[in-house]
Amino acid sequence: MTDRTSPRLVLAGVSKTFTMHLQGGRAIPVVHDVSLAVHPGECVVLGGPSGIGKSSILKMVYGNYAATGEIRIDDGGEMVDVAAAGPRAVVALRRRTVGYVSQFLRVVPRVSARDVVAEPLTAAGLDPDEAADRAEAMLARLNLPRRLWDLPPATFSGGEQQRVNVARGFVTARPLLLLDEPTASLDGDNRAAVIELIGEKKRAGVAILGIFHDETTRAAVADRTVDVAAFAAFAARAA
Amino acid sequence: MSEDRRSGGPAQPDGVLLRAAGVTKLYGRRIGCRDVGLELWPGEVLAVVGESGSGKTTLLNCLASRLAITSGTVEYRMRDGEMRDLASLREAERRFLARTDWGFVHQNPAEGLRMGVSAGANVGERLMAVGARHYGRIRGEALDWLGRVEIAADRIDDEPGSFSGGMRQRLQIARNLVTRPRLVFMDEPTGGLDVSVQARLLDLLRRLVSDLGLAAIVVTHDLAVARLLSDRMMVMQGGEVIETGLTDRVLDDPQAPYTQLLVSSILQA
Repeated sequence: MTDRTSPRLVLAGVSKTFTMHLQGGRAIPVVHDVSLAVHPGECVVLGGPSGIGKSSILKMVYGNYAATGEIRIDDGGEMVDVAAAGPRAVVALRRRTVGYVSQFLRVVPRVSARDVVAEPLTAAGLDPDEAADRAEAMLARLNLPRRLWDLPPATFSGGEQQRVNVARGFVTARPLLLLDEPTASLDGDNRAAVIELIGEKKRAGVAILGIFHDETTRAAVADRTVDVAAFAAFAARAA
Repeated sequence: MSEDRRSGGPAQPDGVLLRAAGVTKLYGRRIGCRDVGLELWPGEVLAVVGESGSGKTTLLNCLASRLAITSGTVEYRMRDGEMRDLASLREAERRFLARTDWGFVHQNPAEGLRMGVSAGANVGERLMAVGARHYGRIRGEALDWLGRVEIAADRIDDEPGSFSGGMRQRLQIARNLVTRPRLVFMDEPTGGLDVSVQARLLDLLRRLVSDLGLAAIVVTHDLAVARLLSDRMMVMQGGEVIETGLTDRVLDDPQAPYTQLLVSSILQA
C-alpha cells in the first residue's frame, strides 16, 4: 500500500532450516526464500495453516532464530540486517526499534505485573515513576484487575498473562511491532481492546507484522495478508 | 535507596571494557581453558555456561587476574579511559582494581566475606579501601547497601555466621557493589541456594545490574539463570568455547551439537 514511504522491514530470500545434531544431523526445513516488506502504518498478517513457519519468521526478524538471507530493519534511518548483525546490534535494535509480543509470557520470578510491563520503559531510560504510571494505564486499558498489578504473573490465568504480555509490548513506542497471536486466549472485550491498540499504533505510523488466528481480529487489523504456504520449504525440495 | 537509581553508575568511557584474546591456562599438561577470546562492553552481561570441568571457572579466574594465564592477553579499560594489559599492571595496581573497580561474587559467600566481623564492617571495609574514613558516613553507606540487598537494618552489627545462606550471598553482593565497580565477576552466584531464595537473589541481581549499569561476567551451569541475567552467552566444553551469541538465540536455536545436547537436557518443571 503506502509506497510513498520506504519500508521499515524488508525480508529478502530468507530461509530457515533446523539441523538436529542429536538425530544424526537431520535437516528440518522450515521456510524457503521468504520475501516481503512492511511499511510504516501498515499491518501485514502472516497467513497459512499452523506449522507452516509463521512464528519462525517472526522469531528470525526478532533475532531469536538464526536465519540465512537478508532481514533489513530501519533503525532510525540506518538499515540493519538482523540476519548478519552481531548480538550487541540486535540488543540495541530491540531496545529502541523492535517490539515483540510472543505467544506466552516468560515470567520472571518475583517481579510484579506492573514492573514486567514497565521494564522496557525503564531499560530505555525513562524515570521509574513515569514508567510505572504508563504501565498501569496500559494494564487498565486491557482490563487487568487492579488487585493483580502488584503480583507476579506466574499464578495468573492464561488470558491474564497474555494481557500482561500485550501491555509490555504496546507500552513502548517502537517503530516496528511483531505480534504472535496476541489475542489467542482473550475474550471478546479484551480482544476489542487489543484491536483498538493496534489501530492506534498504525495511526502512529508503527509497522506491524503479525499472526492472528482469530478471523475477526485479522479482518479488523490486516492491511494485507502474506500466505506463508508460498514459502513452504517442501516447495523448495520439490523444485 | 533510589536517589541515584538512574545515574547509571560511574561515567563510562566509550569502547570495549574488557578484551581477552587467546587466553589459555594449562595445569601441567591438563587444559584449563584454551584460546578464549571475548569482548565485554560497559553495561553488558555475559553468561559463561557449561558443565563441571568445562573450564568456565578457570576462565573467570583468568579474566579477573586471580589466576596467571599461560598465554594470551586480557586488557581492561581503566577509569582514565586507557586500555591496559592486565599482565603489565603492578601488583598494587591490580589489587586496587580488584578492590574498587571490580567485584567478585563467589558461589560460597564465606570466600568473599570476612566471617569474623559484622555485616556492617564487611560492607564498610571495601569503602575504607578506597579511602573513606568518616565513621558515620561509612556506617550510613553500609546501612543503605544492606537495605538495597534486603537485609534488615538491625542486623548490621551481627556477624555473617548468624545469617542464612541467601542473606550471606546478598551481603557478599553488597560488599562488592558498595565501591560502585564497573565490572563484576560472578561464579555460580545462585548455586547451592534453595529455589525460592534463588529467585529472590536473581531478581535482586537483575535490578542492581540494570540500575547501576554494571557489566558482568556470570559463570553458571544453570541455563535458566543465564537466560534471566545475560544479554550474551558463551558455551564452553573441555576448556574451549563451543558457541557464542545472543542469549535467547543460543538457547532457542542452538547451532553446535554440544549446545543442542545441553539445551535439550533441561528438565521442565
